[in-house]
Amino acid sequence: MTVLCLTELEPDGGTVTDASLRALAFSRSLAGPAGEDVAAAVLDAPDAALAGEARAALAAAGVRTAHVADLGEAAGYAPLAWARALAELATTGLATTGLASTGPASTGPASAVVAAGTDHGQEVLAHLGAITGLPMAANCLTAARGDGGQWQLTRQRWAGSLTEEAVLDGDPALLTVATDAVAPAPAETPAELAVAPFRPSLADGDLTVRATVSAERGGGVSLATARVVVGGGRGVGGPDGFGPLEELAGLLGGALGVSRVVTSQGWRPHRQQVGQTGTRITPELYLACGISGAIQHMAGCLSARTIVVVNTDPDAPILAHAQYAVIGDLGQVIPALVEAVRARQNPVR
Amino acid sequence: MDVLACVKRVPMVGGRITLTEDGQEVDTRMSGFTVSPHEECAVEEAVQLTEREGGTVTVLTLGPPEAEAQLRDMLALGAGRAILLETGQEEWGPQSTAAAIAEAARATGPYDLLLFGNEAADTGGYQVPVRVAHELGLPCATGIKTLGVSVDGVVAGREYRGRQERFALPRPAVISVKEGINLPRYPSLPGRLRAKRATVERLAPGARPDGLRKTRLTVPARESRRAEVLGTGPEAVPALVALLDELGVLP
Repeated sequence: MTVLCLTELEPDGGTVTDASLRALAFSRSLAGPAGEDVAAAVLDAPDAALAGEARAALAAAGVRTAHVADLGEAAGYAPLAWARALAELATTGLATTGLASTGPASTGPASAVVAAGTDHGQEVLAHLGAITGLPMAANCLTAARGDGGQWQLTRQRWAGSLTEEAVLDGDPALLTVATDAVAPAPAETPAELAVAPFRPSLADGDLTVRATVSAERGGGVSLATARVVVGGGRGVGGPDGFGPLEELAGLLGGALGVSRVVTSQGWRPHRQQVGQTGTRITPELYLACGISGAIQHMAGCLSARTIVVVNTDPDAPILAHAQYAVIGDLGQVIPALVEAVRARQNPVR
Repeated sequence: MDVLACVKRVPMVGGRITLTEDGQEVDTRMSGFTVSPHEECAVEEAVQLTEREGGTVTVLTLGPPEAEAQLRDMLALGAGRAILLETGQEEWGPQSTAAAIAEAARATGPYDLLLFGNEAADTGGYQVPVRVAHELGLPCATGIKTLGVSVDGVVAGREYRGRQERFALPRPAVISVKEGINLPRYPSLPGRLRAKRATVERLAPGARPDGLRKTRLTVPARESRRAEVLGTGPEAVPALVALLDELGVLP
């Protein structure tokens, strides 16, 4: 048996995505206790070839077999086609791909199919659940197979604000991984990687829904990857109050983030929203100004290394999640902070 | 264009989330209920589409009798018809929910478009729309942030890892949307009055077993802390600058 993990590559095919490395680490936690191997399903390798860097990353992640799809004309992201390819690998392991294999055939049917809890991962595993009639559990934190083949798992609800303990009857188990809760750690000992090309048999209609991808949107620091995020909430008071926060974000080379009330009032565009239904941020510093700290907001910012709060209310819930706080009106504190940072940048001689 | 928009009644939670003593549910004694944010946007999108293209908006939910309140909220936003798949107070899993919705869509349609939220705010299952699409043999796209109508289909877009993905789907289609696709309107007074008077149709969905079953809920243990107060008002700025310096984030 094997744990099969949907593994995505960076767009240039050079290496494995961070989210997939986390899914692979989770896959090892399932495979290890059962003495099973981890196999990667790579469905987006350019020209169906695995670059050296990607091979090294997979070996370091403990992957024994990389099934690399040759989709030919069907290349590109098509959720149902990807689910069909996983279904084929999960039921037959290397049986259908052994002839093309360049390495030892070591895997059998999958005990679990795992994917990162990304838009692609959730969507592909939902399709896999639908075409196989199997249950699927999203955003898992832990999973283990108990006696009788039933899986015991924990998973996130409310974007991580609650944990659900659940049982899953599924063979294989279909699991996506809460990527913010599992570190992308390498295996203790790297695996000897075998690459097994395969050509999935697709059914009519599997390519009806297929992505056309256009280039990255340029301009500005991305909220999701910013090193510093300056946040503004209801306390900003209105659409005209964000100037000093934007100026500060600019000075610190960071991005502006806002709470849900700010976007639902139409003060700022939704793409700047931090939280459960917005962007999840992972900065070194999150400076949250005039934000009370609803759980839906905190779900998007708890991965920040340091949270500093500026708030008039010393009892705001967000103070229970922050390391530091300034009690005061952001309308006074932030302009003063901007001035102080500027003064440091251009000291008066 | 006849659109079915599916919503879910979920607890309204704020700064804290607390559980019932048996760890089975979110304690809602001090709060109320609302519709998942993504789904409110699905209803708004349905209303906007039919305002442009003509047609009807039907809202549907699967839930306890009290979920009628959420259907009326959605009628007030501009939906014309409401269907409640009435269950008991127990939680239905994704497989049984999807089967019941697909059955109801067959019985009450046809629809040109079925809109959902990408995932429910509470259970976060990420699969009901896809399962409904398969039950009905329809194409499906999820996590959609832009939606347009073409001659015989829809064009749906989203961002994935910084790049734009665009999907062209024939109609009928199933689309799940995310908050941000639009800004839901506030209900108008006439809308509210109409919603109050409207009839909510009730259907009894047939239960079937789910392969994923909740045992209990817990609140994750987080480092309990109280922020260190650096100071009050602008006088705290020097301490704040020193902290930013220590964190290495100053230019």
